[in-house]
Amino acid sequence: MKYLKFLLVGIFFGIVLVKSEVVSWYRIYEMFRFQSIHMYGIIGTAIISGIVFLQISKRGYIKNIEGAEIYVPKKENGLIKNIVGGSIFGLGWALMGACPGPMYILVGTGVYSMLIVIAAAILGTFIYGLLKDKLPH
Amino acid sequence: MEHLLNPWPWYVSGPLIALVMALLLYFGKTFGMSSNLQTFCTMAGAGKFSNFFKMNWKEQSWNLIVVAGAIIGGFIATQYLSNDSITELNPTTIKELNSMGFSNSGSTLVPNEMYGTEAINSTKGLLLLIVGGLLVGFGTRYAGGCTSGHAITGLSSLQKPSLIAVIGFFIGGLLMANFILPLIF
Repeated sequence: MKYLKFLLVGIFFGIVLVKSEVVSWYRIYEMFRFQSIHMYGIIGTAIISGIVFLQISKRGYIKNIEGAEIYVPKKENGLIKNIVGGSIFGLGWALMGACPGPMYILVGTGVYSMLIVIAAAILGTFIYGLLKDKLPH
Repeated sequence: MEHLLNPWPWYVSGPLIALVMALLLYFGKTFGMSSNLQTFCTMAGAGKFSNFFKMNWKEQSWNLIVVAGAIIGGFIATQYLSNDSITELNPTTIKELNSMGFSNSGSTLVPNEMYGTEAINSTKGLLLLIVGGLLVGFGTRYAGGCTSGHAITGLSSLQKPSLIAVIGFFIGGLLMANFILPLIF
């Protein structure tokens, strides 16, 4: 029962990303070619809505389910890891036309070859874990 | 009903994605899809090889449930909430892709030229999927997040590391779409 809400959020997330065409390889290509406002509009309005939500909650108007303050984990600083890691991710995002969320969702839409990409992404994460201490951050 | 079945406009979709983030934060969790890749490694026993994977994956099971839901959501959206409308791409995009060998752009979610049976049975096609997956998996953990964690959650909470990471996402994405992809196809 305690997991039902997460299942429902996941279902909602999957539906939204399909209906908004965020899972479309073509929409990602179009975005990186600056040929449409579609993806910029989605990411932009998502961030603006997110900022509004977090600013309201920061002022104490919204608490979490346990009545505590809404907590957003702090991202780690580090110019190299964010720029280099981000660029490597960007290369893969534009090639596959999918970031991790859409990868799972596309399997649900029937793109079963995406399972190969997911397996490779898990392997990529594993390789990062092996090399972590040797990489500049 | 027709509005529901047609593709949703960006100004509806964006706030709904923020709602997903808000709901997860309300439930005391956080919006980050790539973390699951790390969890899968841990479940497969990667903790034997690196401390990076030494964690109690059961604490992350809520996020695996979100993934399961996302897959179901993808199924529901395509089976029950769609008509036959195709993605309305910029005609320039379609023409460009056509000249690179991509036909019927927008009629499917992903190009058959990359994800279809014929493509994945070719060495080049299979290699592309593997290389793309490796880049996403490696890059996202190196940067400490993906689109959900950095671009949506990180930027919504005005965090500088996320701004740098998203700039990185665009450096890589622009390089791929504008320079590398035309070399591959």
